[in-house]
Amino acid sequence: MSELLAIDNLGKRFAGFVALENISLTVAAGERVGLIGPNGSGKSTLVNCISGALRNDSGSVRFDGQVLDGTTAHQRTRRGLARTFQLPRPFASLSLVDNMRIPLFYTVAARGGRRSGSAIDARCLELLHEVGLEAKAQRLPRELTQVEMRKLELARAMAAEPKLLIADESMAGLTHSEIEDILALLVRLNERGVTIILIEHIMRAVMSFSRRLVVLVSGRKIADGRPDEVMRDPDVERAYLG
Amino acid sequence: MRADLFFVVCLAVAGAVFAAAAALGNDYYFFAGYVVLQYIVLATAWNILGGYCGYVNFGSAAFFALGAYAAVAVHRLHPLPIPALLLVGGVVSGAVGLAMGYLTLRLRGAFFAIATLALAVVLETLIINWEYVGGARGAYIVRPEAIAPFGNYIRYLFLIMMLLAVAAITLARLIERSRLGYGFATIRDDELAAEASGVPTLRLKLIATTISGALMGMAGAPFPYYIGYLQPSSAFGLDYAVNTIAMPLIGGTTSWVGPLLGAVLLGSLQQLATVTISSAVNLLIVGLLLVGFVIVAPNGIIGLVHKYVQRRPDDFVGRRRIGTAAAPGRAPEPAP
Amino acid sequence: MIFSFDLLINALVSGILIGAFYAAVTAGVSLSFGILDIVNIAHPAFIILGSYIVYFVSVSLGLDPIITSILVAPAFYALGAGIYQVYYAAFEKRGQESLRGLAFFFGLLFITEVMLVLYFGVDYRYVEAPYIGPTWHIGAVDIPMRLLLPCLVSLLLMAALQLALTQTFIGRAIMAVAQDQFALKLMAIDPIRIKRIAFGISIATASLAGAFLIIIQPVEPSVGRQYIGRVFAICVLGGMGSLPGTVIAAMLVGVFESLTATFYGPSWAPAVSFGFLLLALALRPAGLLGR
Repeated sequence: MSELLAIDNLGKRFAGFVALENISLTVAAGERVGLIGPNGSGKSTLVNCISGALRNDSGSVRFDGQVLDGTTAHQRTRRGLARTFQLPRPFASLSLVDNMRIPLFYTVAARGGRRSGSAIDARCLELLHEVGLEAKAQRLPRELTQVEMRKLELARAMAAEPKLLIADESMAGLTHSEIEDILALLVRLNERGVTIILIEHIMRAVMSFSRRLVVLVSGRKIADGRPDEVMRDPDVERAYLG
Repeated sequence: MRADLFFVVCLAVAGAVFAAAAALGNDYYFFAGYVVLQYIVLATAWNILGGYCGYVNFGSAAFFALGAYAAVAVHRLHPLPIPALLLVGGVVSGAVGLAMGYLTLRLRGAFFAIATLALAVVLETLIINWEYVGGARGAYIVRPEAIAPFGNYIRYLFLIMMLLAVAAITLARLIERSRLGYGFATIRDDELAAEASGVPTLRLKLIATTISGALMGMAGAPFPYYIGYLQPSSAFGLDYAVNTIAMPLIGGTTSWVGPLLGAVLLGSLQQLATVTISSAVNLLIVGLLLVGFVIVAPNGIIGLVHKYVQRRPDDFVGRRRIGTAAAPGRAPEPAP
Repeated sequence: MIFSFDLLINALVSGILIGAFYAAVTAGVSLSFGILDIVNIAHPAFIILGSYIVYFVSVSLGLDPIITSILVAPAFYALGAGIYQVYYAAFEKRGQESLRGLAFFFGLLFITEVMLVLYFGVDYRYVEAPYIGPTWHIGAVDIPMRLLLPCLVSLLLMAALQLALTQTFIGRAIMAVAQDQFALKLMAIDPIRIKRIAFGISIATASLAGAFLIIIQPVEPSVGRQYIGRVFAICVLGGMGSLPGTVIAAMLVGVFESLTATFYGPSWAPAVSFGFLLLALALRPAGLLGR
């Protein structure tokens, strides 16, 4: 399998606080990687550095063979890297369907190929259908529940037709069957060729989904390997069970 | 309604207004109307950056004045017909808008806003020190008596400003409904999420600033001919600074209708009022209205209409609805 | 450009003196923008208001300007607290600070200036006090008293503010509210009350700064607008909320303006502060997540 994402010695600090230190990680195309760690361990900071929302202080990020350092977030999205936000950030003045239009207009269209207006409309509805929000297509995000907003986040990231999707806590607050639905969705995406990094606290979901598990504690990577092996690692046990 | 049809309808309305004013026989209506039309352009221009993108420009007077002074400078060199001056004003102010944007738009909106305020002061200082355009003493521009086939020169100016207003509104409406307009809305709503969705936010912001600045410069270009004697204090005046912001905020920032409404209402009221109350009290009222509306009716008159007349949420934005299989909707037109 | 060592020394000295005054002018914005993240562009208008109140009292009662400003400061504090209350209820709570909050303060700036024009007219106003005329001569250096006294009192003010922020409970709460409102709530301190107090103090400093201004130069209502770029440039350069940083940045701006005025002409001063503003903005960390 070819290497899709290569993070080399990445570091990030905020004034005096070291958020990430010496993070090195490679993700091959088609992988299903889980990223776990206690609150404050730096998972979201890492996602921000990969996606370009933050600039890393040291180290480098390579995606699909190209160096990402110095590129803007929107350029990275256009190259095929999509992410969701831990706290959903929908476009509040746009309806759900219009929220879907944005990645279609600005990411998919930018890669080439002009779709007709009605084809775009259909694709928007299709994306909303995948997450079960088609019925609320014309509504505004503020009319959604927290859970529905997370699904909208996911749908919007999917709309960008990424090669790599980083799903940041998309399942918080979902019921058992809703989790199953989202997991099934992610598996379907993966089978279509999308590489997925899943950041979650719901261990059941992470364990069943991930083929590989990475553990972050206090800004450092302390484990990286098969889920069952990682969970048996004494450092990981200590981090989680105290 | 398609853009070109809208343009024609607007032209028809404009023609009717012109004919009505001409029929009244008193040139006062053309003088007063010119000012209102000017504000329609300025308010619409401001709203493209302010209402659509969420970036506040406090230095609108500077872009307007730059257009006026560019016209004076060119006139001193070699007098040109007004349409050419419009182009000059547009290019100069558009370029300044682009430069300012490039320097400050990578940062928070607040810094951009502060920079525009400071820019206004600096530009006024520069102009005051520039003898070629008259400096602090001001510049006289002799307005031709007549120009064929309109006869009266003020009617000619009125017509030009009317056409510019129609063009501005059509452009704003076109942008609003296009891909570009969607991009602008995401910048206003959540820039971080916009970038993550592939929107090139800096580029779009620069486009907005340039268009906005250029339109303001075009509104300023005929001003020396209108007023005859151009002083820095009149071009950089307080009334332009506050009105350009107050009109869209009072009318409503979510669509092209708001600035038009605000400019027509507020502009006309002020033209009527200057005969009775002093201009300072006039401006005070505008300032109070601005603060009042911003606190009580954040979505302006449009918002109030939505809320109380149409019984919709007051920040409802009327984008076209997506169709179902039975009734296919219409997709937005691509950006120009 | 006539260069002489005497001119240079004098330019430097007056630059430093004025710089201290600029620090007092900026102190309020360091509090409101640097610490509380409220873009109060109307601050210069409140300073001018302070100048006019001082003028009015001086003309009718003959009181010393600086003493007047100290007496009036509580009223300014109340004004600031009231404004913050409205700002919070109308904008901060609804999350609309960016466009509408800015427009609100712009409206205040505007209304204040126009009301001053209506009440006092556009003529320049000045005050008289025993220390405004004389100048101290040390060799080739001229130190005008009207610059020296505001400079010294400004530095006193900055020191007092810094002490209050670092040594008192309220002061530390103000610094804390900038960093973590939630933690404050957990300690049973109402962050809104703290912010109200801080904003009140911010406007109270405008009263004193107004007195300094009218001692240094004659004042008319539109003078405030020149200070907007200056004040925010100094605040940003000074590190957004660091009072010692503000003093240093203010001195820098003061000196550069003074040098420019001496060797190129006084009408170019606004250009200097604008240049500083652009410089300050360029040095800011880039990116949407950066503050």
